[in-house]
Amino acid sequence: MANVTLRNVRKTYTGGFEAIKGVNVDVGDGQFCVLVGPSGCGKSTLLRMVAGLETVTGGEIDIGGKVVNQVEPADRDIAMVFQNYALYPHMSVFNNMAYGLRNRGMKEAEIKTRVEEAARVLELSAMLERKPRQLSGGQRQRVAMGRAIVRQPKVFLFDEPLSNLDAKLRIAMRVEIRKLQRRLNVTSIYVTHDQLEAMTLADILVVMNGGQVEQIGNPLAIYEKPATTFVASFIGAPPMNLMATRADEIKSQLGGSAGDAGILGIRPEDFVITDQTPAGGVALSLTVEAIERVGAETFVYGARAEEEQHVAATPGELPPGEIIVRIPGTEAPAIGEKIRVAAVRSKLHLFSGDGRKRVEA
Amino acid sequence: MQKQPIFRSKLLPYALVAPQLAIVLIFFYWPALQAVIQSFLLQDAFGLSTSFVWFENYVELFSEPAYFETIVRTFFFSFAIAASSLSVALLLAVMADKPLRGGAIYRTLLIWPYAVAPPVVGVLWVFMLHPSLGVLSRYLRAAGIEWNPLLDGDQAATLVILAAAWKQISYNFLFFLAGLAAIPKSVLEAAAIDGARPMRRFWTVTFPLLSPTIFFLLVVNIVYAFFDTFGIIDTMTRGGPGKSTETLVYKVYNDGLIGGNLGSSAAQSVILMIMVIVLTGIQFRFVERKVTY
Amino acid sequence: MVEQEGFRRYVAHIILWIGIAIVAFPVYVAFVASTQDNALIANGQMSLLPGGHFFEVYYQTIFVGTSGTTREPVGNMMLNSLVMALMVAVGKIAISIISAYAIVYFRFPLRMPIFWLIFITLMLPVEVRIYPTYKIVADLHMLDSYAGLSLPLIASATATLLFRQFFMTVPDELLEASRIDGAGPLRFFWDTLLPLSRTNMAALFVILFILGWNQYLWPLLITTRDDMQTIQIGIRKMMTTNDALTEWPIVMATAVLAMLPPVFVVVAMQKLFVRGLVETEK
Repeated sequence: MANVTLRNVRKTYTGGFEAIKGVNVDVGDGQFCVLVGPSGCGKSTLLRMVAGLETVTGGEIDIGGKVVNQVEPADRDIAMVFQNYALYPHMSVFNNMAYGLRNRGMKEAEIKTRVEEAARVLELSAMLERKPRQLSGGQRQRVAMGRAIVRQPKVFLFDEPLSNLDAKLRIAMRVEIRKLQRRLNVTSIYVTHDQLEAMTLADILVVMNGGQVEQIGNPLAIYEKPATTFVASFIGAPPMNLMATRADEIKSQLGGSAGDAGILGIRPEDFVITDQTPAGGVALSLTVEAIERVGAETFVYGARAEEEQHVAATPGELPPGEIIVRIPGTEAPAIGEKIRVAAVRSKLHLFSGDGRKRVEA
Repeated sequence: MQKQPIFRSKLLPYALVAPQLAIVLIFFYWPALQAVIQSFLLQDAFGLSTSFVWFENYVELFSEPAYFETIVRTFFFSFAIAASSLSVALLLAVMADKPLRGGAIYRTLLIWPYAVAPPVVGVLWVFMLHPSLGVLSRYLRAAGIEWNPLLDGDQAATLVILAAAWKQISYNFLFFLAGLAAIPKSVLEAAAIDGARPMRRFWTVTFPLLSPTIFFLLVVNIVYAFFDTFGIIDTMTRGGPGKSTETLVYKVYNDGLIGGNLGSSAAQSVILMIMVIVLTGIQFRFVERKVTY
Repeated sequence: MVEQEGFRRYVAHIILWIGIAIVAFPVYVAFVASTQDNALIANGQMSLLPGGHFFEVYYQTIFVGTSGTTREPVGNMMLNSLVMALMVAVGKIAISIISAYAIVYFRFPLRMPIFWLIFITLMLPVEVRIYPTYKIVADLHMLDSYAGLSLPLIASATATLLFRQFFMTVPDELLEASRIDGAGPLRFFWDTLLPLSRTNMAALFVILFILGWNQYLWPLLITTRDDMQTIQIGIRKMMTTNDALTEWPIVMATAVLAMLPPVFVVVAMQKLFVRGLVETEK
């Protein structure tokens, strides 16, 4: 068991490209940390640096109180689940799991116990003699998990392990992974680009963009108080509506402390269709352009009317059709209808004009 | 060219390439270098002294009409072998590409001559067409042809070309078959719907789409005719009668071994090297463009 | 398509059978000749049907050889050819796969120059460096030895390129997983890369075995002793004598025996053979 600490970790490639621009993360013992961000944000590179598959060009990676920058991957006491599973195609399921143990000189009897235990947990007992190509995608994924589990490592590393599975299996496996990690209580770092996966799995969520950490914290805290407009639009689906506002208007509408704000954000689920305007809140007039009914909820896509109450846009910065409203159930206005939606004061998010800073009202 | 994640080890990679490198240096580069050096040297008749003569060996070679004749002959052989072998192979491949009953058997029965060694090919053909005892010579004589490749140079050349082309049919057949299989069936179906009859379809769709394969095989066949016919010629005619079946490679062998003229033989080797480099160059340029279609 | 029914099909069958006849006829004649009496053949009276001397001719060919003074049983020649073919095929595969491994999976100074050194040998076939190579083998005292027969042929740019190409398609994650599983470079090569290369090695082996078995010019140069000659050389020596004295049934039996192993390999391992042939030409 161990905690993983990244101190000002940097990665600069020989060409001068900065993939990781100084990252600080502290994952406590047994915690589940998820690195999330769009592709190219550096999350996989960061994970591979923890694994020892990429060299560290600056800062320190600390596993269990020991700086491991120069330690070979095999000696870091980590196990990794790859996106394409990286199973040895010519070895049976049993041997795939046993390989790492044999390389460490473990006794066959002990290997057998460990592999069989892992197979039981992962429901692979019946397929130990099969080759990877005889398995379904979900089964291969479980073998990759098994290979990590039998090692009983200090840290589990997951590199988008579910992205090759279909949607239904992905959800099932997500739950499985979480349960397993709780049971084994092993510190884990998990990379994904799927914000839903990130939200549901993480004890600590690290949102990354452009080689930097945008925000670290408890997933719900991040959802409720995104630190930047990037986080606001990345976490939560559909994404938060962001509207540029003129500072003086914000000031007049929302009070003195919002003086620096340039961008107003409202989540689709925080709107209500109403004729009223809540005190201190925001109301918008919309022309309904599209409706998506998904059963339990309905998404209304509306174009913002030119004259709106309380908050005005900088002309040209907000094209029509920009607002998404989520309403429960299937009752929805008709297309072309004009509606008024409102959000209360506590549901408004304010950001600085460049989107890099959250402004607390 | 290289993997991203790599091993870091100072000595191991050298140890791994060492065996191949040793053989390449000792048995390829050193002799090639010797050939180049030798081609600038002249040995006296008794092999007692050698002197550096610059390009004299080359000059002498090119002033010899016989050398020019050998070059022309080699190219003629190459094209004759390539043309006859390629056309027969293409015909067979087009037939075998059709959905026929027993298709796999035809394939097997047509590809095995690839495995017959050139000297054996020579023996088979010289026996079949031997002037006095060949089983086919009887029919040729019955047809009124004065058949004697042991004396008649043109007939000997024909024999070599036939035998060499025969061996190469299976190779060409296989590659044509692969080329034909790579042509999308939908393209041919579209042509059929556009009203092209089978013959027309072959010449307007199949053949153009096959042209990369044809070009590739042409180069391979020329290289084959240059080098691999050595065994065929050596068991069939020894380059004779006269010089009528002597190719460039055979001449290198003959002049060096029998004539003992090492300087000239080395100069010829160097010229051959240049030809191989050109041919390989063409082949590789082509391989890069293989994806045109 | 509809029009491929009927008549056209028959034409195709007929053309293919004619093709097969052309391809098979010389071999058939050789086989027939190997079962007949020499006197009959020498008179130009050879029948196109097999004769009755099959067992005696093949027995003599394999265990005794011709009746000439320098007789050598063909069985021994076949053994020489087999040793040479195996050494060439196995040797080429072994040294090529390890050099391809070094070139793909390591970064070291001189990596590219070494790759090019190997690659350029494609342009130096034995035919263009006959005598100097002969001289080196003679200087190394390897004439008339298996080492002399096979070592100089063992370098292979084609095989190295083929393995290099294959290694490039092996997912990087497999190496990473191995490293995390504690495997070093040699262990990864042995436990993972080698098993994965099995099919490629087999396909290459088929082609290289045929290539080695069919070598002619090289053994012709460096074997002088009769007991070291390969079957391809033996066949030529049998024909050296005056035509009238040539023992044609034995020559033809030798030709049949010389064809047998490589043809068997092609037919029995057709899939691997085709794969090997197509891949080595890439």
